[in-house]
Formats: sequence, structure tokens, C-alpha cells
Amino acid sequence: MNINATLIGQSITFFIFVWFCLKFIWPPIRNAMAEREEKIAHGLQSADRAEHDLELAREKVLRQLHDAKHEAAAIIEQANKRSAQIVDEAKEQAREEGDRLKVAAQAEIEQEVNRAREKLRNQVATLAVAGAEKILQSSIDVNIHSELVDKLAAEL
Amino acid sequence: MSGVSSAEYIKHHLVNMTYGKLPAGYARVDSHGESQTLEQATWTLAHNPEEASAMGFNALHLDTLGWSVVTGLIFCTLFYRMAKKASSDVPHGMLNFVEMVVDFVDTTVKDIFHYRNSLIAPMALTIFVWVFLMNLMDLVPVDWLPGLAGKIAGNEHLYFKVVPTTDVNITLGMAFTVFGLMIFFSIKEKGVMGFVKELTLHPFNAPKWYVNILLVPINLILETVSLIAKPISLGLRLFGNLYAGEMIFILIAIMFGAGWALGLFAGVLQWAWAVFHVLVITLQAFVFMVLTVVYMAMAHDVEEEH
Repeated sequence: MNINATLIGQSITFFIFVWFCLKFIWPPIRNAMAEREEKIAHGLQSADRAEHDLELAREKVLRQLHDAKHEAAAIIEQANKRSAQIVDEAKEQAREEGDRLKVAAQAEIEQEVNRAREKLRNQVATLAVAGAEKILQSSIDVNIHSELVDKLAAEL
Repeated sequence: MSGVSSAEYIKHHLVNMTYGKLPAGYARVDSHGESQTLEQATWTLAHNPEEASAMGFNALHLDTLGWSVVTGLIFCTLFYRMAKKASSDVPHGMLNFVEMVVDFVDTTVKDIFHYRNSLIAPMALTIFVWVFLMNLMDLVPVDWLPGLAGKIAGNEHLYFKVVPTTDVNITLGMAFTVFGLMIFFSIKEKGVMGFVKELTLHPFNAPKWYVNILLVPINLILETVSLIAKPISLGLRLFGNLYAGEMIFILIAIMFGAGWALGLFAGVLQWAWAVFHVLVITLQAFVFMVLTVVYMAMAHDVEEEH
């Protein structure tokens, strides 16, 4: 229980340890902690920002999806319209073609009829002459009446 | 402890290993009871409490001062290694613990001390951890380290106290250092006149100067007493708490030699007291740190409104 020089010894020791702590322990630890605090704050901030960005991106995607759906619907509608149009056009074309064919066929038929009529007319003349010849052979001399017959044939 | 009475056992545990100067003409009594008068002043280890007393102020407690240095070095080594490892990356293991302590001390200091002084926080950290470690020596069973030291020194009766804070020199040494810093910062912040004014014009103050002159001596006495009381109470509080705790450990240790039944009971008691003591040593370390910071804050306070 004696008060002695230990008091001064402890005082000096105390100073030395406090100085050591002040110089080599406190600053590096505090700096590291402050730095880490800042880093964490930055991290949280950027996380917030990223979340915000994600929200924006999600909105954008939704909008684009919406637009795309609209566009697709428009395209389908257009396609439907176009196909109906094509079908109509095809029908029209077919009808026209049919008409054209019918007209051509009629013209050909008429032509054929005419040709047949001409042929028939020729044959009728020949037959008439032949008939008349046969009828008149007995009474009529060909040489005498050939002029008359030719005249008749020419009239046909 | 065989063949030693309880009183002798307790007394033996309360004497420091003292190295000091015995004055000339001192009659040393050796173990055989023969007296030998010293012809000149001698630096030596005290063999008994009487010799330690005779050394007066020229003596050092090698045991408590030694352990105080050792625990301080443990603090410095541990924290310095962690300080080198500290970076802004993810902290691991021990660094986590060290940073927790540093942060705790920093928060406490910031709550109490509102001025700019880069010394206060590191000093508070040093005090907290160092005092805690010194107090922690109390939890080492009372005979282990003295027994070991006795074996090494080859002297069964070697005095060896291992808890630095049960030595009043250690606690008062720290308290008076704090007191010195307190006066230093007081004068640095307020000037010599400011410091003197603080001692003489508080707590009683009158508007008329001739009344003030009468009040100055009263103020001086009051303020001086309260100023001196600060380091004394600071040092003695820590010493008293730890001394009492150590005493109880010693008393429990005596029971170990009194048969197996009492020995078992002593074991339970020692465990219970150690658990309780963990609270005491932490609390005392914290109190010492907080009061130091409070005194430093008082030294920086400029009270102009009185």
C-alpha cells in the first residue's frame, strides 16, 4: 500500500501507450472505417439507382411490347384486307377471262357457220346443176344450154 | 500453502514485489532472524513488507508495473496488427472485434466530448482496453502466476501481485496523468488567467468587486477541493473495486485447502464470483474511460455565463 515511484513509472508507461495509439492505431483503423462507410453509402446509392433504372427499363419494355402488339394487329388487318382484295381481283379476272373466251368461241362458231354456209351454197349450185342436168338431159342439149346454165350458176 | 496460516496467506498475497533503495543504517533481518545493519544505501528487492515500507518513495513495484506494461503491449500489438490489416474491404475475424471496440469508444467520446482534440479518442481507447486487460488479470486464479514466478525464481515466498489495478500506484499514476492533461488543456484553452478565474470566481460570484474579494478565498477552497478530488476519486474508485474483488478471490482460495467438501464449494463460489467480476472489470474500465473524457470535456468548457 506504499506510494512510490511506481506511480511515475505507470504515468510514463501510460503516456507511451497513448502516444502509440494516437500515432499508429487510431488513425488507420478510423480511416479504414470511414472509407468503408463511404464505400457502403456509394454502394447503396448505386443500388437505388440501379433499381430506378430497372423500373424505367421495365416501363420501356412494356411500352414497346404494347406498341409491337398494336403494330402486329395492324399488319394482320392489312394482310387480311390485301388477301380479300387479291381474291376479288382474281374473281374479276376470271370472270373477264371467261367472257373473253365465250366471245371468241361465239365468233369462231359464227365463222364456222358462215364457212359451212358458203360450202353448202357451192354444193347447192353444183347439185342444182347436176339435178337440172339430169332432168334436162333428155331434152336439152348441153351445148345449146350451157350458156344459160353458166349464167345461172354465176347468179348463185 | 501448507503450514501457512490464513492471515499469513492473505498478507503474502497483498505485498508487491518491491525493488527499491534501502536507506543507510537500516537493520535488515534475514530469514534466520539475524539482524544486519546496512552501511550504505542499497538498491535491492524487499524481503518483507517492513523493508518495502522503509524504501519510501524510491521503489518500484516490479510485478504490477511489469504486468501493466505486458498488458499494454498486448493491447498495442493486437490493435497495431489489426490497424495494419484494416482496409475498406470486408473486415474479417479479429478485425471485426477491434473495429467494434474502436467504434464503441468513438461513439462514447463523441457523445461526451464536443471539441476538436485528436488526443482524446485514442487516449480513451487506450484507457478502456488497457484497464480492461489489467483488470482481466484478476480472473487468473490467484495462485497460478505467483506460483509459477516463485518456481522460476526458486523462491517460494516471492511476493508477486499480478493484477496491476489492485496497486494504488498504478491507478493513481493514471489518474494523476489524466489530471495533468486536464490542467494542461484547461490552461491551453482558457489561458492562465482563465484557469485562475475559474478557480476563484466560481461558484459564488457577486456583481460588486469588493464583495467578490471576500468570496475569492471561499471559492478557491471549494474549487481546489473539487479539483483535487477528481483524480483521487478516479484512481481510488478503480483501485477499490479491483482490490475488493481480488480480496474475495483470495478468501475463496483459502477454502481450497480446507477439505474436499469446502474445496468444491469454493470452486462453485470462485466460478460465480468470476462471472460477476467480468461485469465489474468491464464496467470499471468503462467508467475510468468515461470519467477521463468527461474531465477532458470540462477542461475545454469555457463557462462565461456565470
